[in-house]
Amino acid sequence: MIEFLRRLFGQSGSSATAKERLRLVLMTDHLELAPEMIEKLKADLVDVISRHVEVDRDRIEVNFERQDSVLALLANIPIVSVNRPGGNGSHSGESNGSHSAESNGSAQALAPSPTESPAQAAAEAPAAEDAVAVGPAASKKKTAGDAAPHVRKRRRRKKNAGPNAAAAATPT
Amino acid sequence: MQQTQAVEHEAGTAAPAPAPRLGRAIVLTSGKGGVGKTTTTANLGTALASRGVKVVLVDADIGLRNLDILLGLESRVKHHLLDVLEERASLDDALVPSKYGDTLFLLAAAQSREKDDVETEKMKALIAGLRERFDYVLIDCPAGIELGFKNAVAGADEAIVVCTPEVSAVRDVDRVVGLLGNRFRPQLVINRLRPALVRKGKMLSVDDVNAILRLPLLGVIADEPDIIVTTNRGEPLALRRENPTGAAYHAIAARIAGEDVPVPMPPLSKPSFLERMSSLFGGKRA
Repeated sequence: MIEFLRRLFGQSGSSATAKERLRLVLMTDHLELAPEMIEKLKADLVDVISRHVEVDRDRIEVNFERQDSVLALLANIPIVSVNRPGGNGSHSGESNGSHSAESNGSAQALAPSPTESPAQAAAEAPAAEDAVAVGPAASKKKTAGDAAPHVRKRRRRKKNAGPNAAAAATPT
Repeated sequence: MQQTQAVEHEAGTAAPAPAPRLGRAIVLTSGKGGVGKTTTTANLGTALASRGVKVVLVDADIGLRNLDILLGLESRVKHHLLDVLEERASLDDALVPSKYGDTLFLLAAAQSREKDDVETEKMKALIAGLRERFDYVLIDCPAGIELGFKNAVAGADEAIVVCTPEVSAVRDVDRVVGLLGNRFRPQLVINRLRPALVRKGKMLSVDDVNAILRLPLLGVIADEPDIIVTTNRGEPLALRRENPTGAAYHAIAARIAGEDVPVPMPPLSKPSFLERMSSLFGGKRA
């Protein structure tokens, strides 16, 4: 993109290429050097999602992938069960009103699309094989909230449901 | 200039010292080799010393001694840093006075030894001792991030990172800044900038580099033939204030000393005739 603009303005633009390559390589470097940050991100991500659906913490995969000119965060989070829609059924939301409002904010940051809230998405297919995938995010330091404009939520078919699938079939 | 008290006389005069004010220990580092750490150290040391303050340059690049040759002192080095650390020579014996100022001294690296021969704690103690005697201790760090780097950094309380506008250098500086950690707030010198290439979009600009590194910018040094010539002669370019690059080193020195001086920046040279012609055909300067 930048390359294209440079070309348009008559610049040979190898410095733009350098800048872009550096930006990406440094993000990957920083991620590689901060495994504890990724663990924390994973935990935070799961905490937010767990307010709405029950997820299988042991089978969560969070990866970063270079895709052309962006670094994407790809999270594969198997859902174990989903609360019954309608009631105020979220795990953490019941005890404390203000806390509940806060968690709603985070949930929206994860799923900006108004047509597909986590509860609805899950309600369509409340099966254990469904997973929440998040991506692409733009920067290594982005938290779920910061990443909001880039995050897209989509459902993905897990290839093998695994042993936890049985437990998941009985929602609470 | 007015201060000509040589260091070697200090041992004799046992006058009660006034409240000891510690000098500043600044390490010059970069991660990558060949970006101009040693040249920068020699020039900033020369520029600082010309302000009348006492400066010692410590070559921490054990095994690859070079600061002496940039200062034209290679024939005067009798003892080196490891001689002092291992108590074969006193500090006074090992400090080589510069040809270019009464307040500039060099502590050379050992040439026949290895970086791992230095004990970090001893290095720390040495720098602490130098801080009691000098206003500035500039430590020329070896390339790399191994023990040599750790030893060079150990005694320092400030850091200057030297970076060229190249992807590899920027990446390595980024890594080094991470390794320096919170103890330092490194400042940046961008070295070997070629304004003509930047203007054509063929080299990372100062803004490009610092958009990535986001460090306080001390100054920018152009890639200049004069640097090569002065290096050949062992006369730091900072001796020539009338030279724009020499003046840039003095501006950086002034900034280090806390003066409110603008960041020295090589001017983006005027476009050549050919470039002006090509810009007539739809090109645009950015």
